[in-house]
Amino acid sequence: MITSLTPETLALLATVIPLVAAVLIPLFARHPNLRETVTLTSAGLLAWVVWSLLGPVLAGARPELIGVEIVPGIALAYRVEPLGLLYALVASTLWIVNSIYSIGYMRGNNEPRQTSFYVCFAVAIASAIAIAFSKNLVTMFLAYEALTLSTYPLVTHKATDDARKSGRTYLLLLIGTSMMLFLPAIILTSVLAGTSDFTSGGILDGRATPLVLGVLLALFVFGIGKAAVMPVHFWLPAAMVAPTPVSALLHAVAVVKAGVFSILKIVVYIFGIETLREAGTANWLVWLAGFTIIVASLIALRQNNLKKRLAYSTVSQLSYVVLGAAILTPISVVGAAVHIAGHACAKITLFFAAGAIYTAAHKTEISELDGIGHKMPWTMTAFTIGALAMIGLPPTAGFLGKWFMLSGAFETSQWLPVAIIVASTILNALYFLPIVHRAFFRSPDHVPLDPDEMPLGAASVGAAAVRPHAHDGGRKDVDGDGDGDTHDHDHGEAPFPIVLALSITAAMTLALFFYPEVPLSLANAMIGR
Amino acid sequence: MIRLSEHLPIIQVLVPLFGAILTAFARRGTTAWAIAATASVLAPFVSAAMLWTVFETGRPISYVMGSWAAPWGIEYRVDLLNGFVLLLVSVIGVATISYARKSVAAEIDAHKQAWFYTMYLLCLTGLLGIAVTGDAFNAFVFLEVSSLATYVLIGLGRHRRALLAAYQYLIMGTIGATFYIIGVGLLYVVTGTLNFADLADRLGPAMDTQARPILAALAFMTVGICLKLALFPLHAWLPNAYAYAPSFATAFLAGTATKVAVYLLMRIFFSVFAIAIPASALPVTEVIVILSVAAMFIASFSAIFEENAKRMLAYSSVAQIGYITLGIGLANQLGLSASLIHVFNHALMKTALFFALGAIVYRTGLVNISQLSGIGRRMPLTIAAFVVAGLGIIGVPGTAGFISKWYLAMAAIDKGWWWMVFLIVASSLLAVVYVGKFIEVAYFREPGPDVAEAHEPPISMLLPLLALAFATVYFGIDTRLTTSVAEAAASALLGGAR
Repeated sequence: MITSLTPETLALLATVIPLVAAVLIPLFARHPNLRETVTLTSAGLLAWVVWSLLGPVLAGARPELIGVEIVPGIALAYRVEPLGLLYALVASTLWIVNSIYSIGYMRGNNEPRQTSFYVCFAVAIASAIAIAFSKNLVTMFLAYEALTLSTYPLVTHKATDDARKSGRTYLLLLIGTSMMLFLPAIILTSVLAGTSDFTSGGILDGRATPLVLGVLLALFVFGIGKAAVMPVHFWLPAAMVAPTPVSALLHAVAVVKAGVFSILKIVVYIFGIETLREAGTANWLVWLAGFTIIVASLIALRQNNLKKRLAYSTVSQLSYVVLGAAILTPISVVGAAVHIAGHACAKITLFFAAGAIYTAAHKTEISELDGIGHKMPWTMTAFTIGALAMIGLPPTAGFLGKWFMLSGAFETSQWLPVAIIVASTILNALYFLPIVHRAFFRSPDHVPLDPDEMPLGAASVGAAAVRPHAHDGGRKDVDGDGDGDTHDHDHGEAPFPIVLALSITAAMTLALFFYPEVPLSLANAMIGR
Repeated sequence: MIRLSEHLPIIQVLVPLFGAILTAFARRGTTAWAIAATASVLAPFVSAAMLWTVFETGRPISYVMGSWAAPWGIEYRVDLLNGFVLLLVSVIGVATISYARKSVAAEIDAHKQAWFYTMYLLCLTGLLGIAVTGDAFNAFVFLEVSSLATYVLIGLGRHRRALLAAYQYLIMGTIGATFYIIGVGLLYVVTGTLNFADLADRLGPAMDTQARPILAALAFMTVGICLKLALFPLHAWLPNAYAYAPSFATAFLAGTATKVAVYLLMRIFFSVFAIAIPASALPVTEVIVILSVAAMFIASFSAIFEENAKRMLAYSSVAQIGYITLGIGLANQLGLSASLIHVFNHALMKTALFFALGAIVYRTGLVNISQLSGIGRRMPLTIAAFVVAGLGIIGVPGTAGFISKWYLAMAAIDKGWWWMVFLIVASSLLAVVYVGKFIEVAYFREPGPDVAEAHEPPISMLLPLLALAFATVYFGIDTRLTTSVAEAAASALLGGAR
């Protein structure tokens, strides 16, 4: 029975399952446990379906689904190729973990409108899968916009003024760049090449002058705002007002990875690495990616808010993938693909940890984290693993991507990318290690005492317990919930689902280093090796 | 025994016309509505049958009035182009008439309701008549029939300013119609015929000797029709007319009246003049391109700064008409296809949007955006439909609006105007702002006291709204009907094979 499913059916199911979930979830709005069962079941089913595609695709199958033709010569169509499958694997697998985490987080923080939260989430995953499997640029564009629109309610979930403002930035920047640059690029490509299908070796060879290729590449790179290449990165830090599970899955995995994945897919399958290298008009992309990597790291260094620092770190790490594409060697492109998977696992761990800290200790600022490693050992150990991956140290997944990109750069004697990678590794260490140091090697006593914490005040006046925490009052509450929860200094770990989720992703980050076969073989299949 | 199928072109016009007479005798609003509904529901069957016949046989249907052969008698002639427009108008008619009952009952005084439906049917008669006729003067007659009915429909709005708006439109509309008939008169003097096809044949030879009156006729007719279709800057009448007309009338007119005027412009340009005179004789298309781009941007900006939701959508209409006329100005196969596709798509989307506003007015009586805070939580389906149609206006892929923009961009590239692609996409970004402004208020503010009691509209209003919102998505994915008919009609127009 199970074996009777063809790869084509599986590819279709991969979109249908989350969409069905999106329809079913509201039906159980009044029964949260059933509702979450729907989410978890469909996440499990989806991951199973996508993983089932791995065998056939590695064996050389390229399942196709052709839908209706929406514009002349271009139909809505799927074609499962290795790179897309890699991205789909990452997104669908992490959806399971993220769903476990979301349940703990949303309930732990008593978030409102949970039903619509899960619905939008499911639609976003369906869109991400559609981007992954798209056969041509138009299908990709449709799914890309669907992803933007379905995540907009998630970003603005808190419905505060702050959330609305960030939502505006999010929507205008993402829709704006995609409409103004991405869409014209798609139109120009289809006119020049007569097709917009993703094809091995690209479709633009001999169809355009080097100058046109360079301009077209710029339209794609800046038009795909989700890749957060500077200066179109503003939406990403702004989107951090969202609840942490959203930041975690969407802004470490689905949305941002959709961006860099799209750029990678376009460079490999639309331009073709060879074509771009011969044209010689893509060199600026190395500079741009390098600039983003370094500058975003410098900004991250200055952030005291944990989620903001993670956000800028994401901006920086995303451009590694762009850099890998820009080096234009097969091995660096493999590195970029592997980095998509590695960074996803590591960054989601870091966001999970940030959310765990917020849920358990109500802390959002890095300066408050002294000694927190002793109270939340699991969380902070996972955080450390994630941080090591960001720096690119073995034995974590982050190492592999950097290694391949460096190899690609050495192979072709491109010293600029080498310098960028080295410099940014140092910067990554500078902004992640102090957090780890604080958490484990500084005792909480170093914190200037709060009125709340003075033994006399606390002992004599019981009212101290109901006063909002002094830190929260003075600082901008990035989570925007303005909660005046009592601050429990004797907090332990966050709720079990949260700790479970972040432990799983941390383990995955390590496992990817030791068992990189799946991403590697898919990446190699992408470049036809 | 006469065969009914041979007489479809005239039946198309006669059904609503007789319906109008009957409703005038009806005293009760409900009776009048029932008659109007029957007439409206029959119309799309007739037009679909004709469009199907034309599509299958590949030949236009010609119907001669009273057996007086053309060009002496009046000829009704249905080809793909006007078959498409007839179907569109009659489908929008069905959607609006089912929406009308509750909306009209709430907004129009009981003793005026029957007259209101009479005017609606006359308006429908006129619009269908313009589309179906093959005769320039007959088109004028129907133009006046529909316009006069429209003035009354607008004037029946509850707000006192509706009268002023109707009066404004009366003046402008009359100027437009007069310009058109001056043009027709000049052509008649030069050629001695009023039949479109015959005109096309005779204008060419006449051009050698009498170029000046022919060019004057072209100029007069262009300006006259552009007034009716509200091409920037001749759009001044439209925002007020849409804003103060009863909700039902606004939705109906937004989906049909300007669209029929667009059809007439295409007919005159391509079936009559383009065949006969060289394009270089008068820079009409160039002027239209410039005005269209101006409309796309200036009207969109007006929409952004508009506080009244109905006026906001009205300005949006002016901007969207800019897309339609841009396609005409590009004057190539893809451009005309884009225009026709957008005529269809925009009619669906804009009618849906006005339906949603009408539903809000029905429940709350409010049209100012700032008063509608939190309405999305009170009327979730209505506002969801608004969002879908709004996405269509923006041109998000997966909606009908995207298809229009794609064709338009292709048309611009086909003409070698790469930069125009960027203007097209940039203007759609402005739509993000004004649609987004409404959505933010609807969803992000806590429901205010004004909307506390609001809830979903009656099912008879909700269903047509949802159907059109669904159609916005459907025609963004399954584009076979719109694109195949539009492309074939565009080829026919450019090939002169009327």
